[in-house]
Amino acid sequence: MTPDAIRPAPIVTEDSAAFWDAADEGRLVAQRCAKCGRLRHPPRPMCPECRSLDVEMVTLSGRGTVYSYAILHHPRHPAFEYPVLAALVDLEEGIRLVSNLVGVARAEIRIGMPVEVEFAATDGGHRVPVFRPAESSL
Amino acid sequence: MSAPAFSGVAAIAGIGQTELSRHAGRSELQLACESITAALADAGLAPADVDGLVSYTVDPVEETELVRSVGFEEIAFSCRVPYGGGGSMGVLLHAASAVAAGAARVVVCYRAIRARSGATRFGGAKTAPSPTSGHSGTTAMQWCMPYGALTPASWMALNSTRFMHEFGVTSADIGRAVVQLRAYAATNPNAWGYERPITLDDHQESRWIAEPCIHLLDCCQETDGSVALVVTSAERAADLPATPVRIAAASGAALFEQEIATDHYRPDLSVMEGSVALGRRLFDGFGIARDDVDAAMIYDAFSPILLMQLEGLGFCDFGAAKDFVADGNLALAGALPCNTNGGLIGEGYIHGLNLVGEATRQLRGTAVNQVPDARTVLVSASRTGAILSRD
Repeated sequence: MTPDAIRPAPIVTEDSAAFWDAADEGRLVAQRCAKCGRLRHPPRPMCPECRSLDVEMVTLSGRGTVYSYAILHHPRHPAFEYPVLAALVDLEEGIRLVSNLVGVARAEIRIGMPVEVEFAATDGGHRVPVFRPAESSL
Repeated sequence: MSAPAFSGVAAIAGIGQTELSRHAGRSELQLACESITAALADAGLAPADVDGLVSYTVDPVEETELVRSVGFEEIAFSCRVPYGGGGSMGVLLHAASAVAAGAARVVVCYRAIRARSGATRFGGAKTAPSPTSGHSGTTAMQWCMPYGALTPASWMALNSTRFMHEFGVTSADIGRAVVQLRAYAATNPNAWGYERPITLDDHQESRWIAEPCIHLLDCCQETDGSVALVVTSAERAADLPATPVRIAAASGAALFEQEIATDHYRPDLSVMEGSVALGRRLFDGFGIARDDVDAAMIYDAFSPILLMQLEGLGFCDFGAAKDFVADGNLALAGALPCNTNGGLIGEGYIHGLNLVGEATRQLRGTAVNQVPDARTVLVSASRTGAILSRD
């Protein structure tokens, strides 16, 4: 990133705080229903499967594959370096995240490529999960 | 299964539209006043006849200010439809339901927008002041924003890339639809693209917005303007000056884990599953055949979603929209003349409601690019839609 390009901090809600708090500590987590065990993302207060309000946060492997991507050119926001490599990552536990790809050239991005998580700094001292090509795939 | 009771009970009796521009130079409230009084004049009705108001949750024009300005006397029914542009055709469902239920006798539907000159440009990069985007159906702002996915184009590109990957669609395949839209716009004096047709080369050479699916010319216009509709009973509309356009079918279809522009959480994003459900509800649920549709007005904020809706609604097989388009089916001589005003890409973007205006003109026989003897026209915005008809 250029020195003045610092990604905006996530806006945290009561329902999402546990996800972002864990990210600040370098952990990728998801909600799991404490009753039926269903994983879910984005976070929400109720299990859509069994309606339980009991939830636990589980740490994920951080491994997944690129489900889709887009190379964003315009419009440009000063917090980002362009082009932005946006992606949908399907994690091996079965949930999907919107994120960025890092450490990869544009021309090398492929749907289905294995990726693994790392954490990128944001404004305000927070960190958010981003994904680089998996070691085993290099 | 019988069709819902409101089928065909209500009709569009009037339409009004301001000029479409990039700088209206007046408030959304004023734009709404202008389009509404134009629609009432078209319908041969007065403000005192109006007892219902329907708009979008995201519309900036307050009902109280509108009532005070236009001089409505007593509003019995008012509501707003969520889901942003995806909900745009829902105004027809709400208005027709209210009329059929007897909750209102004359309902005005309106949308006023300054998508270009206003405080927020439609395509501008936004880092949200809140975790959601305020009832637009784009609930995942907090999940996109830290990643630089800050615009509708960027959110929809993630789905579009998967669509292209799954079915072997190229940017040129999508561009052929844009060339058709711009050909329609080129003959529409109200369109941004009037007298400005493009070639496929123009499309391919326009700059990337979101690679590999959205060039600049794949994007709708950022437009200032307003559109209004007057909906009343078909019985009453028959006595009014304009040719009545019946609301034969209307429905919404909002699925589990679905969002609007940020629709990233359904397992298979190569198919617009909301459109599949909508097509089932409109065609099967109301007993109308796809073959009976003479023209379609399909929400084209970005061109890839036009192809995806053609497939989802069942006008062609999954993966076949690129061939359906290449074969010229969207043209007046094709199987499904589509967005004959130029669409949101060629005419302008009043958040989808100008597509209902065009559907109405087609059924009245007054469109610039007229489909001969059009009797059944579909309007669709991926998760809300309607089928309009003429007796």
